[in-house]
Amino acid sequence: MEEQSRDDEVSRRGFLLTSAAAAGLTAIAEHPRPAVAATAAGAAGAAVVEVALKVNGKARTLSLDPRVTLLDALRERLDLTGTKKGCDRGQCGACTVHVDGRRVLSCLTLAAGVSGKAVITIEGLADGDRLHPVQRAFVECDGLQCGFCTPGQVMSAVALIEEGYAGSEAEIREHMSGNICRCGAYQQIVQAVRMAKEGA
Amino acid sequence: MRPYTFAAARSVGEALEQARDGSAYLAGGTTLVDLMKLEVISPAHVVDITAVPLRGIRAGAKGLSIGAMERMADVAGHDLVAGPYPMLAEALRQSASPQIRNMATIGGNLLQRTRCGYFRDPATPCNKRSPGSGCSAVDGHNRSHAVLGTSDACVATHPSDLAVALIALDARLSLRGAGGERSLRLADFYRLPGSTPHQENELRPGELITGVAVPALPWARRSTYVKVRDRQSYDFALCSAAVAVNVRGGVIGEARVAAGGVGTRPWRLPAVEQALKGKPMRLETFQAAVEHAADGSRLLSRNAFKPALLRRTIVRALVHLAG
Ligand SMILES: Cc1cc2nc3c(=O)[nH]c(=O)nc-3n(C[C@H](O)[C@H](O)[C@H](O)COP(=O)(O)OP(=O)(O)OC[C@H]3O[C@@H](n4cnc5c(N)ncnc54)[C@H](O)[C@@H]3O)c2cc1C
Ligand code: FES
Ligand code: FES
Repeated sequence: MEEQSRDDEVSRRGFLLTSAAAAGLTAIAEHPRPAVAATAAGAAGAAVVEVALKVNGKARTLSLDPRVTLLDALRERLDLTGTKKGCDRGQCGACTVHVDGRRVLSCLTLAAGVSGKAVITIEGLADGDRLHPVQRAFVECDGLQCGFCTPGQVMSAVALIEEGYAGSEAEIREHMSGNICRCGAYQQIVQAVRMAKEGA
Repeated sequence: MRPYTFAAARSVGEALEQARDGSAYLAGGTTLVDLMKLEVISPAHVVDITAVPLRGIRAGAKGLSIGAMERMADVAGHDLVAGPYPMLAEALRQSASPQIRNMATIGGNLLQRTRCGYFRDPATPCNKRSPGSGCSAVDGHNRSHAVLGTSDACVATHPSDLAVALIALDARLSLRGAGGERSLRLADFYRLPGSTPHQENELRPGELITGVAVPALPWARRSTYVKVRDRQSYDFALCSAAVAVNVRGGVIGEARVAAGGVGTRPWRLPAVEQALKGKPMRLETFQAAVEHAADGSRLLSRNAFKPALLRRTIVRALVHLAG
């Protein structure tokens, strides 16, 4: 029985790969990082776009498959792995970065669509060894447990303070609601935002 | 994601020129990129319209106009919106998350697709995604689905909060296509699913939404948007109500009432509006007026709570406006 299902699995994969190849899609059979893989393998039909970005103050130019998200470009091409991929569907906020000064989700942003723009990631916040006041506040308040959501939380918090939405605890909670923390460090995150705001 | 070619347009003319069979416009990308990853939508050509100058929030004697490429966050926080039309600003502020509101546009918001889990999962039958394949929600996980305007082919809700407020305000869409410009009431734009749930609206292939026009309605200053959801924030509506009232000497002269989360399209409730007219602005009036709000509902296995929730959501909005 087990043997049987494994056979089915193999032939199903075989079929998928064959039909994918027939459509010129070989390289995208590997979910969930299809776009970057496709570029490396040069998938037929997908034109390549030149993307010029300013990332953390540095000019960068990339030749990309137009399917590559800003998140994948940062992580896979520019080695800026501080920005995290949580859900990859716009539902968790782990991938939050700033584009032209606004906090956005890099997982739903196509890199090709932000050519010419300035991107700030978690790596671009500190001034050399001096942490950004929001980063210091997160350390000070224990605003994290596993730390996976933290880069997104910090990028969101920096923007929220600039937006002027850090008035009360309720306001902070509402305007940080785009960042989910599976460890439930919310209490300390709110504290950290308040501390950073008072210092700001 | 399936392969596509990419082009950026800088003007409406360039965008229309780039549009072709199987192409999609890219605005904020918060629906399009998501659904391309899921392979629910697989355009062959993506036309980036973020640099197309369909911008501006303006008010005149006739009312308010908003460019299609204005971002949700910018519209929500604008003085010409928040003061005269609180229900619009509140609907936007209670939508999605701050990051998404910084990205998403007004045009894209009105064209977002249903959040039905079966629509989003190409491994399951869904008449909206794959016409003729069947509706998995009719006998499946349908707690969040619609009770009004449904058909045997589809029970999915329209998820936009903004559209509910705009329908209550009698807003019009400005459209531009190869054949020229036209304007359409938003209420006439969305279709009922019937036997063709994949045809969701009156947008023609390649046509662009250029803007939204909200007629002047001075008494919309007394309006609100109440949204009920499983989470306190960052969630879609189980039920919502956009309500405005014109009250003189304690009596309701006119009212506008529309609901979200319960219909297959944003749902205007003219019978409730009528029942409020000429009555005193108090709880007994509200409770009597909403009695038949959900008439005609077709209940599914897991959403039988929606008619009562709809009545109570409208009452809550009215009580808030009375306060
Ligand atoms: C996690 C999550 C939670 C959300 N919660 C809510 C919520 O609570 N309430 C709510 O209302 N919404 C919610 N949304 C949906 C969000 O508001 C929409 O995705 C967004 O408004 C779409 O706008 P966009 O500019 O990003 O559109 P895009 O994704 O760029 O485009 C959407 C569609 O419209 C087409 N299009 C875009 N602009 C035009 C135009 N001008 N003319 C013609 N066609 C055009 C595109 O081709 C595409 O088909 C949520 C989304 C996510 C991911
Ligand atoms: S990874 Fe972008 S929102 Fe979750
Ligand atoms: S610290 Fe673990 S998810 Fe937030």
